[in-house]
Amino acid sequence: MAQQSIGLTGFGGYIPRLRLQRKAVVQANAWVAPNFAGRGKGERSMANWDEDSVTMAVEAARDLLGTDDDRSHVDALFFGSTTMPFNDRLNAGIISAALTLDENIRAVDVASTQRAGTSALMQALTTVKAGEAKNALVVASDHRKTRAASAQELDFGDGAAALSVGTENVIATYLGGTSLTIDFVDHFRGSTDDFDYNWEERWIRDEGYTKIVPRAVKAALAETNVPAGDIKHFVLPTTFGVKFVQQLAKMSGIAPETVRDTLDANCGETGAAHSLVMLVHTLQKEVKPGEKIMVLHFGGGCDVMIFEATDKLASQSGKRGIVGSLAQGTPENNYLKFLTYNGLVEWEKGMRAEQDKKTALTTLYRNEDMLMGLVGGRCTETGVVQFPRSRISVNPNKHTVDTQEPYKFAERKAKILSWSADFLSFSMSPPNHYGMVVFDEGGRIMMDFTDVDQGTVDSGMEVRLVFRIKDVDEKRGFRKYFWKAVPVVSANANSKTGQAAE
Amino acid sequence: MASGIKDKVAILGMGCSKFGERWDAGPEELMVEAYLEAMQDAGIEPTQIDAAWFSTHIDETGTGKGGTPLSLALRLPNIAVTRVENFCAGGSEALRGAVYAVASGAADIALALGVEKLKDTGYGGLPVGNAGTLLPQWAPTGSAPGNFAQLASAYRDKHNVSKEDLKRAIAHVSIKSHANGALNPKAHLQKAITEEQVMNAPMIAEPLGLFDCCGVSDGAAAAIVTTPEIAKSLGKHNIVTVKAMQLSVSNGLESQHNSWDGSYFHTARIAAKKAYLEAGIQNPRDEVSMMEVHDCFSITELVTMEDLFISAEGQAVKDVMNGFYDADGKVPCQIDGGLKCFGHPIGASGLRMAYEMYLQLQGRAGARQLKDPRIGLTHNLGGGPSQNVCSVTIIGAHGA
Repeated sequence: MAQQSIGLTGFGGYIPRLRLQRKAVVQANAWVAPNFAGRGKGERSMANWDEDSVTMAVEAARDLLGTDDDRSHVDALFFGSTTMPFNDRLNAGIISAALTLDENIRAVDVASTQRAGTSALMQALTTVKAGEAKNALVVASDHRKTRAASAQELDFGDGAAALSVGTENVIATYLGGTSLTIDFVDHFRGSTDDFDYNWEERWIRDEGYTKIVPRAVKAALAETNVPAGDIKHFVLPTTFGVKFVQQLAKMSGIAPETVRDTLDANCGETGAAHSLVMLVHTLQKEVKPGEKIMVLHFGGGCDVMIFEATDKLASQSGKRGIVGSLAQGTPENNYLKFLTYNGLVEWEKGMRAEQDKKTALTTLYRNEDMLMGLVGGRCTETGVVQFPRSRISVNPNKHTVDTQEPYKFAERKAKILSWSADFLSFSMSPPNHYGMVVFDEGGRIMMDFTDVDQGTVDSGMEVRLVFRIKDVDEKRGFRKYFWKAVPVVSANANSKTGQAAE
Repeated sequence: MASGIKDKVAILGMGCSKFGERWDAGPEELMVEAYLEAMQDAGIEPTQIDAAWFSTHIDETGTGKGGTPLSLALRLPNIAVTRVENFCAGGSEALRGAVYAVASGAADIALALGVEKLKDTGYGGLPVGNAGTLLPQWAPTGSAPGNFAQLASAYRDKHNVSKEDLKRAIAHVSIKSHANGALNPKAHLQKAITEEQVMNAPMIAEPLGLFDCCGVSDGAAAAIVTTPEIAKSLGKHNIVTVKAMQLSVSNGLESQHNSWDGSYFHTARIAAKKAYLEAGIQNPRDEVSMMEVHDCFSITELVTMEDLFISAEGQAVKDVMNGFYDADGKVPCQIDGGLKCFGHPIGASGLRMAYEMYLQLQGRAGARQLKDPRIGLTHNLGGGPSQNVCSVTIIGAHGA
């Protein structure tokens, strides 16, 4: 009898809202990089100033997990990225805290290679297979810095994908996989450097991809006993274009038409996340039950995994995923804003920005669920909810003492009560929007807004909560995270008084 | 119920420095300027002061912590000096301390002095600071205008007022204050302004433009208080006494409980009710002769008119537009120019408000003098709409 089926049980995706128009980049740099004149097509995703690989991973994971408060079924977390904000502070730990996952989980950072996403997924599969975990969560995310007027600036994008691995309600069964580890240095980023150093593209293509990928494919097919012709979806990130990937597939006996969209036109390559981003996109758009998918990622060798979709795939139809994220973009034509958000411009922030951003780590830990997970309190006697939690209830009718249990706000519906667009206080994205957010089921929080379309905000508007960077402490290399409200612009965004139309 | 403070304490003398961008003066010089005027007005010697209350908010900008800055600047005779700090309501808090000391009999004569030196930061607006270790980890990094501007969005929503109508009404609040300030030689801003100027000014925090925000200034103000009996024995006539002093402090309801709609000041309503009760005022719209309210922003003043029960709820826009609060209106407000024209040296403002009411009650307000005022009210607010301390003080002619 066959072994217990192990595989993917769910997915989620997140691509930041802003889409930098490549035309704007090419035109701005034409004086110094005329060689890119022909590359001003399409758009790349662009993280807001308050997003990093951790916050994007949280968003992708929330898409996967849904709005249920109970996330205790997740017992392992693997985070793959080459742009983790901390070298020594478990980045998966930040994600776990933001998601309010159980403290009794195994959480691991997988880093240092473009294969970090696939390697994280492979570790999750191995862990579940070994019985060490029942429901592993895998998130991959990257937010790479690129030099102005570089090819990477046009090629890359920012984004994240999430996958869950388990044995029940499997949407894509894991048939097996293989890894090749070869110290082929097509690019590198030293531990003290912000930017990649890249070798000649033709060498990477001919000596790297062309020789290493077919070897890995061959090994994976042999390992799983899957004939090459059975592969219906060939998922391989590369910036060399679809024709080149078709050639690679063909070399391995895989039909060229199985090659899946690298999302070059509308997203850009999201680094270590990209194979999983493409996989989620493929699962949403292309895959039918029974079809086999090969997922690859090249980098210091190559990872290959083969999955077979099941009829449970339809259970994921409500997910935003990558398809939904890509549909929610806002074109950004301001290249200077992109440079500024990525720290590539020394701009005059004013004296107000000199405020010390030091974080008291004792305070952070003492209030960890509040600050990281947006957890407040609910009075077990009166049912009144509040943020933050306190020993004496805020309820004006009964100030009960020591009756509060943790209450999660992050997934609750909320609206704007009052707001302002502030041009005085320092903001990386002026004007600084913030206001009082009131939750439908009780409770309120005065909080920052983000991803705002200026001029659309009004009282009564719905908001969605997101985990973002609150402040960057440049002096000490620390960053604060907290939750912010994103005003949801929709047709029925109605103020009680109908002022929104004015 | 407590018998209250009414008529137990008299104001013996007051002083107020010139407010403005006092590049020429540090906090010491400002304190001395207000103190010497108050001492001259009171006609006493320093050795007659039993105790002092000292208000300053931002010690990082040069004034310093504790009671020593006041004692050193004034060379006080080694008497007790208590520093008080209660956000922007500190000036009223200093006065409350001095008044209570006299009322208790612990002091015959007490001094209250508030000062703030804001213009040593290198930039406009209030200095930026951190509030402890927890708040900066989650609260928005906003500004005062951004916090107070939120009143406008909630007020519009609640009372069905259009953006344009509210903007015009708050513009009139500032136009009226500038008209008054133009007559005051101690004001920072002494120019009248037009509606066109206000409506077209640069936006600071939607919907508050430049002229919807009070100035940022340096200044100091002082009061010397005693009992009505001692005041009389010192030869004073036309005595002004304290009728009520109330302070209400948020307990988190506005910021954490959904019963508050964001369009008014919960604390102001409580403090006002208690103050009217303490002063024996039954119908404030008829009985209050004049007011100095905490017009840090035009929208603050507008909603405060309702919180003090002078305008009915939802009617402040109408009253403002009808000139009810103008110099020639029924209840003149900010007759000295208000925070709008004086600016807001935090620790001093509450005492500056009392100074104008005191001058008016004594008939010494010069070109701004109102006809026969009997009861003056000061409203001094610290913090933002969703979390604040609110002081309401009523003073009036002795026996009024």
